[in-house]
Amino acid sequence: MTPLVEMRDISIAFGGVKAVDHVSVDLHAGEVVGLLGHNGAGKSTLIKCLSGAYRADSGSILIEGKEVQIENPRDARAHNIETIYQTLALADNLDAASNLFLGRELTTPLGFVDDDRMEAETRRIMARLNPNFAKFKEPVKALSGGQRQSVAIARAVYFNARILIMDEPTAALGPQETKMVAELIQELKRQGLGIFLISHDIHDVMALCDRVSVMKNGRLVGTERVADVTDDEILAMIILGKNPERA
Amino acid sequence: MTDATADAPKRRSLTETLELDTRLLGMVGAFLVLCLAFDIVTDGRFLTPRNIFNLTIQTVSVAIMATGMVFIIVCRHIDLSVGSILAVSSATMAMIQVEWLPQLLGLGHPLLWVAACLAGLLVGAAVGALHGWLVGFLAIPAFIVTLGGLLIWRNAGWYLTDGQTIGPLDPTFQIFGGANGTLGVFWSWVVGALAALAAAAAIWAARARKAKHGFAVKPLWAEAALTLLAAGAILAFVATLNAYDVPTGRLECLFEARGEVMPEGYSEGYGLPVSVLILIAVAVAMTVIARRTRFGRYVFATGGNPDAAELSGVDTKMLTVKIFALMGALCALSAIVASSRLTNHSNDIGTLDELRVIAAAVIGGTALSGGIGTIHGAILGALIMQSLQSGMAMVGVDSPLQNIVVGAVLVAAVFIDIVYRRRTGARS
Repeated sequence: MTPLVEMRDISIAFGGVKAVDHVSVDLHAGEVVGLLGHNGAGKSTLIKCLSGAYRADSGSILIEGKEVQIENPRDARAHNIETIYQTLALADNLDAASNLFLGRELTTPLGFVDDDRMEAETRRIMARLNPNFAKFKEPVKALSGGQRQSVAIARAVYFNARILIMDEPTAALGPQETKMVAELIQELKRQGLGIFLISHDIHDVMALCDRVSVMKNGRLVGTERVADVTDDEILAMIILGKNPERA
Repeated sequence: MTDATADAPKRRSLTETLELDTRLLGMVGAFLVLCLAFDIVTDGRFLTPRNIFNLTIQTVSVAIMATGMVFIIVCRHIDLSVGSILAVSSATMAMIQVEWLPQLLGLGHPLLWVAACLAGLLVGAAVGALHGWLVGFLAIPAFIVTLGGLLIWRNAGWYLTDGQTIGPLDPTFQIFGGANGTLGVFWSWVVGALAALAAAAAIWAARARKAKHGFAVKPLWAEAALTLLAAGAILAFVATLNAYDVPTGRLECLFEARGEVMPEGYSEGYGLPVSVLILIAVAVAMTVIARRTRFGRYVFATGGNPDAAELSGVDTKMLTVKIFALMGALCALSAIVASSRLTNHSNDIGTLDELRVIAAAVIGGTALSGGIGTIHGAILGALIMQSLQSGMAMVGVDSPLQNIVVGAVLVAAVFIDIVYRRRTGARS
């Protein structure tokens, strides 16, 4: 089966420092692939080439076997790639609906922004994702970490993402909210989305992912099926850059 | 449905029911207190139709630019060059209608003022776009770009006119200035009535739209009260300007010019100045842009979180060019109003306007940290500044002290704003 996404031989350097050095990863539909590594291992940088925030110096990106050019976030969206950033990338001064539709506003036939319709749509999707969500009028600054997270997720889900990139989705959340995000990831997986999950929390990854790709110093250490390895083996990959020994 | 029943037991204050912005109410309150205080101190000379008329036409130029400054500041930039862009646009327009075009078309040609206005707006927008390009694409801080612009454009205007005062400006052009161009009593009532109807229609259309989506709407009485308030305010304003009579000497001149004799006891009100209509049109257009267009939404999103806007696919560089170009065009519009009010162009036109404009926007609640600001707030800010200044002049406060007071008020207003925002939390 052709993978949903293939990133082949990606390299990117910033002022002589190789942040990502010939890394290849892939992702299938209905699969969660974890990207693990220390801070500065290059996982966020790698994935930003897919979300359009950076351009790779070399290498290629294939979606369903076809090579694509992703030059900016708009290109990524055109390929149904949605990203939930660690910082959540929300405009704090705008309400949930304005954030959800930012860059893709619904408009009236005259071309004006249709706030009422966007609010109605936001209420509809929130009823599904987070039924407790009620602050539709307030700027998102007034929301809790979990509520903000659900706005960010709603944004990805509403526009029928097929490829979802989640950068540390639970970093700022309490236990209850973390559980909610975990359930949501399972749900999206069942719907056939492919999800890249960036994390440095190994427990998150072991619980949610099918495979993990481990990076260290900009290089790929290896990719393993979660079922085949132990926590300690993954830790060895992260810390020592050592692949598990096969019997 | 469940939402409505859940909300019902909670007692809501009057301002909440009317969904009025408490910050705006505070500003209106402060403005009214200011006016009443000056009126008392001047023995009732401040709140006369004559002074209100003058106050309005003096505010227009700064208020028009303040609406553009809201977008600039909301986007986390600043524009120090507005007074100089005003000057260079004014110089261009004056030269076209007084020196250059009359040689081709002859003095008094009906196209003179049209050509002048178009060229002025073009110059303003082009200078603004250049600033925006330097800020957006070359990443030079707006403070520096426009500080340079402050020095450059006023003196570019000086070279256009050789530093001379250019005038008198075209008689048709002078209509935009204020007292020389008013609608008269009858047409002012017509415009006022239409505006009142439009305001009412807008309020009720918004209600219908909300109801269609099943959102909670205000109680009927609240909606009716708001409609009456809006319509009443518009008509009261028109009535006040209509009550200011054109001086008898001036009327006599007008009749004489038509070869008639003025009837005994004849009087005529000024009515709405054309410049005020321009300001109202700008205010409505800018509010619609801010609230109902993608461009406006992106301005606020970029101010709230530039990275988020960029990652959401907003072309923030081009956006910067657009907001500065818009600011430049508004400066040119202000140049039309300001120079025609003076009936000539002098090289010091609009000097220090950048500070008045920024102060108006900031007093009006625009946050320098970006993302927050309203058009009506900025206009009210301009009105407060102008009232303060001319009120003090009427009372006979020394001009150095006037500036000291205005400066202190600016700082105090921003401090009160910070405290207010802290108290109300994130609900800004």
